[in-house]
Amino acid sequence: MTPVIASRRRMVTAMAAALLAGAAGVRIASAQQERVVRILARRFTYSPDKITLARGVPVVLALESADVLMGFSVPDFGVRADIIPGQVTRVRIVADKAGTFPFLCDIFCGSGHESMSGTITVVG
Amino acid sequence: MSKSIDRRQFIQLAGLAGVVFASGPGRALGQAPAAGSEEFYFLQMSDSHWGFEGPPYPDAKGTLRKAVAAVNALDDPPDFIVFTGDLTHTTDDPALRRMRLAQVRDIVAELRVKDVRFMPGEHDAAADRAEAYQEFFGDTHYTFDHKGVHFIALDNVSDPRALIGDTQLQWLEADLRQQPADANIVVLTHRPLFDLYPQWDWATRDGKQAIDLLMPHRNVTVFYGHIHQEHHRMTGHIAHHAAKGLMFALPVAGSQPQRNPVPWDASQPYRGLGFRDVEADPHKATFDLHEFPVVAKV
Repeated sequence: MTPVIASRRRMVTAMAAALLAGAAGVRIASAQQERVVRILARRFTYSPDKITLARGVPVVLALESADVLMGFSVPDFGVRADIIPGQVTRVRIVADKAGTFPFLCDIFCGSGHESMSGTITVVG
Repeated sequence: MSKSIDRRQFIQLAGLAGVVFASGPGRALGQAPAAGSEEFYFLQMSDSHWGFEGPPYPDAKGTLRKAVAAVNALDDPPDFIVFTGDLTHTTDDPALRRMRLAQVRDIVAELRVKDVRFMPGEHDAAADRAEAYQEFFGDTHYTFDHKGVHFIALDNVSDPRALIGDTQLQWLEADLRQQPADANIVVLTHRPLFDLYPQWDWATRDGKQAIDLLMPHRNVTVFYGHIHQEHHRMTGHIAHHAAKGLMFALPVAGSQPQRNPVPWDASQPYRGLGFRDVEADPHKATFDLHEFPVVAKV
């Protein structure tokens, strides 16, 4: 009996390990599959300032600042972040409605701050 | 200004039918207003953006002076004037910022009414956390009382993140704790405290916390600027009134992709600009608003 019990234990352990590995694998694959859009902010522009996303498909925005502290806000999707110089700020966005939506700098950054904006166009 | 304007007659002739706003339930019959309460009026001026230059607006150097002249021409002067921010247009040059602030101070000093209460806008204060502004105009948040009305000037612009901030919110909470629930309270600020249109930065990030602190008080009215147009909104029983500006007008929220200024119309110069007359009746806890143009055509 002992060998059988040991075998069962091994089997259960192996199954659990396989499940965990599988789940981890799904997470890794999911993260790997998410598109990353890099956006560089500098006074007083974003590059790119026009982004196209597919509706319902998660995307990671990788935000960097070339000079000063900036904001990045997409009010229509409840997404906002501070962009700290020297760091890459990552925010995930799932655009759940089609159309064209503005994003803007919401931290005052100088004389051209008010024109620092762009658009996200969501298709599909 | 050689010719005076009969304010009452002007309101009638210009068809400026006032709109009476009661922010809360008002004051019940038999309920006594605060001691010293009596009717009065004050003016709200806003957004002169001194230093702005550009094709959308050809009279950038003349409009503030015209507004000062128009106010001085009123035969019945207000008790005081509030200036709800963006006195100057922003600049990255600290010396130029100070020069613009000094010029506004000197132009506004020509007002016959000497009791003028200033607040900063983000154009005045966000670049240096109000360092230069305070050299010319003093504190960015404060309170004062006038004939039974408690006025609170809130600063939602000196922090470049458009935050009032925890320290000032605690100050507000402590001040409100001293006020009875039926006090007549007027809040003066630059940005809207509610999310008017965050897509154009027409919001205060922690404005809801200020509104939540004000909510237990039955008679609260907010006057603000920033959006360069008349606008009225209720959040619960609290009334919020945006004033026209004294430089370019801005479009209605979301009416166009960008918040570019309304183009100058030579056939209707100064359209969309002006200042506001606020008649306060502390006995009823109501405010009667009239919008005045910069250049009167009666």
